Amino acid sequence: MINEELELQKFEQKIANGEKIEPKDWMPEKYRKQLIRMIAQHAHSEIVGMLPEGNWITRAPSLRRKMVLLAKVQDEGGHGLYLYSAAETLGADRKDLIEALLNGKMKYSNIFNYPTLSWADIGIIGWLVDGAAIVNQTMLAKCSYGPYSRAMIRICKEENFHKRQGYENVSVLAQGNAKQKQMVQDALNRWWWQTLMMFGPHDENSTNTVDLMRWKIKLETNDSLRQRFINLTIPQAYAIGLTIPDNDLKYNEKTQNWEIGKINFDELYNVINGNGPCNRIRIAERKKSYEEGNWVRIAAENYALKNKNNYGTK
Amino acid sequence: MAQNKIDTELYLWEVFVQDKFGEPFTHCGSVHASDSEMALQNARDAYSRRNEAKTIWIVKSSEIISTTPSDEGPFFEPSNDKIYRHPQFYTIPKSVKDKLF
Amino acid sequence: MFEKKIEENLFQLLVQIADDKLILGHRLSEWCGHAPILEEDIALANIALDNIGQANSLYQIAVKLENKNRSEDELAFFRDEREFRNIQIVELPKGDFAFTIVRQFLYDNFSFLLFQKFCDSNFIELSDVSKKIVKEISYNLRHSKEWILRLGIGTEESKFNTQKAIDKIWEFTNEMFEFGNVENFLIEKNIIPNLDTIKTDWELSVKKIFDNTNLQIPNISYFASGGRNGFHTEYLGYLLAEMQIVARSNPNVKW
Repeated sequence: MINEELELQKFEQKIANGEKIEPKDWMPEKYRKQLIRMIAQHAHSEIVGMLPEGNWITRAPSLRRKMVLLAKVQDEGGHGLYLYSAAETLGADRKDLIEALLNGKMKYSNIFNYPTLSWADIGIIGWLVDGAAIVNQTMLAKCSYGPYSRAMIRICKEENFHKRQGYENVSVLAQGNAKQKQMVQDALNRWWWQTLMMFGPHDENSTNTVDLMRWKIKLETNDSLRQRFINLTIPQAYAIGLTIPDNDLKYNEKTQNWEIGKINFDELYNVINGNGPCNRIRIAERKKSYEEGNWVRIAAENYALKNKNNYGTK
Repeated sequence: MAQNKIDTELYLWEVFVQDKFGEPFTHCGSVHASDSEMALQNARDAYSRRNEAKTIWIVKSSEIISTTPSDEGPFFEPSNDKIYRHPQFYTIPKSVKDKLF
Repeated sequence: MFEKKIEENLFQLLVQIADDKLILGHRLSEWCGHAPILEEDIALANIALDNIGQANSLYQIAVKLENKNRSEDELAFFRDEREFRNIQIVELPKGDFAFTIVRQFLYDNFSFLLFQKFCDSNFIELSDVSKKIVKEISYNLRHSKEWILRLGIGTEESKFNTQKAIDKIWEFTNEMFEFGNVENFLIEKNIIPNLDTIKTDWELSVKKIFDNTNLQIPNISYFASGGRNGFHTEYLGYLLAEMQIVARSNPNVKW
């Protein structure tokens, strides 16, 4: 026991000094578990997130937009891969993590339980959803776990193009004809509050935050990240003539913060509990791909076993 | 609800990338693949989508052998006091140092 | 630079190949998020991107040649089925993974040989762009070839699925070696290669891999034809309806 306490002390000292924890270092079981949960949830979000946007690859209205969207959705697959890779350094098995996703035991970001209903949604997702993700990920790039932090640095670098292409897309629509303008405003109206909820519940209701912050898995609270995102985004919306769907929105000169109306967290909890518009569809789609891919994976594994030159032994 | 069992996610491979010829290889993550050829292809698609690699190494994760944190003391600390391995350990006359060194 | 007749034929040729690439890229992009394993999602998206990028480059050369102020997007989004000039093999629905891999393998082999020859074309724009494209195809071919080996040798089931795909696709392979009405004229001028030699090489390299995996080339007498002249399967109409819906529902705007 004394040994355990000593290790914990050393571990916490290391984190306090701003050093990174690496896979083989001693770590409290709770730290490992929280990290696996968080990183896997993040990875699941990337691969489930491929679906709502992937829907529009075949319908993108120009060759340029088509290539950009395809490259972006591909990146998301790549980001899922980096993140599973980081979770695996903690001893988790990707197979178990994906099973947990398919069986509903693990979550993914709620935002992907909403449908993409028009081409403008693609721009709005790039601008808002990826914009919010970048705010969160920039913080995570400084987290205490080495592999997670390194994956985040890589992801942040790549995501900058996601947000820019989104904003470019949105601003072209916002300056387009009446139909385009209406399309993009409608998309903003549907995604605005959902994006704000991506940062999670208010601090006073966020049960995990204290532990996560002590060990620098998280470095800022939900509300402070949300506020940063709001302050960044609102001027961008105004610059291209879009209206934020919030009647209570006002700028506070003293704090220099944009103050928003009340977020309807009942909706968030409802969707988290499985009752969003797309929860069942998304998981059913992932399941279908996995089931249909079974024979392919088995064939590849068998080929490797038959072909020792390829070094396919377990 | 029926449990969804995944038969296999294939094997895990570690990926090392050389971003310029002549530079050392850096570990950048891992991929899953059935065998070495697919691992190389997957590593290329995952870790060099933006022309980040000149050469890629892959190695089965299970083949990597690492020191452990408990090795840290005996493995690395003894080299701490071998200060004579560092150039700063040696004094060179100032007149020489400024012009000839 | 070239006389009018050559330019017109060259335009037709570029559109034919670009249409192949665009439609194939479309079918590949349907895999995005649905592949058998995450790594393959990324790989197939990459190949789709290569194909759509190639279509884009070829359309750009074509519209420049045409000189009628048409954009590459107008070619892609504002032509109807009968105006598309791709061969039918690329428009068939994506099918299962075996079907997609078999189609890729057969088409990649053809496309690789074709673009290798295009590198020597007398038409500089084509030879320049081909030097870049041939590298991409070379990698795509490596991917599809390696998968044919794995599926062909892996398990009974994978072999069965792969053979089934070959049997279904084979009648669509002959069309690769047709260029509608443009060929003779352009071959004479050393702008495009003779497709007969490509066909021979194609048969050799396909057969080599099939022999290694005990996959059989079906013995059939009917071969599809007509894509180069705008005669398609019924699948293309649905594909275009989906691909063009957003662009056409709001024409003449910036996207």
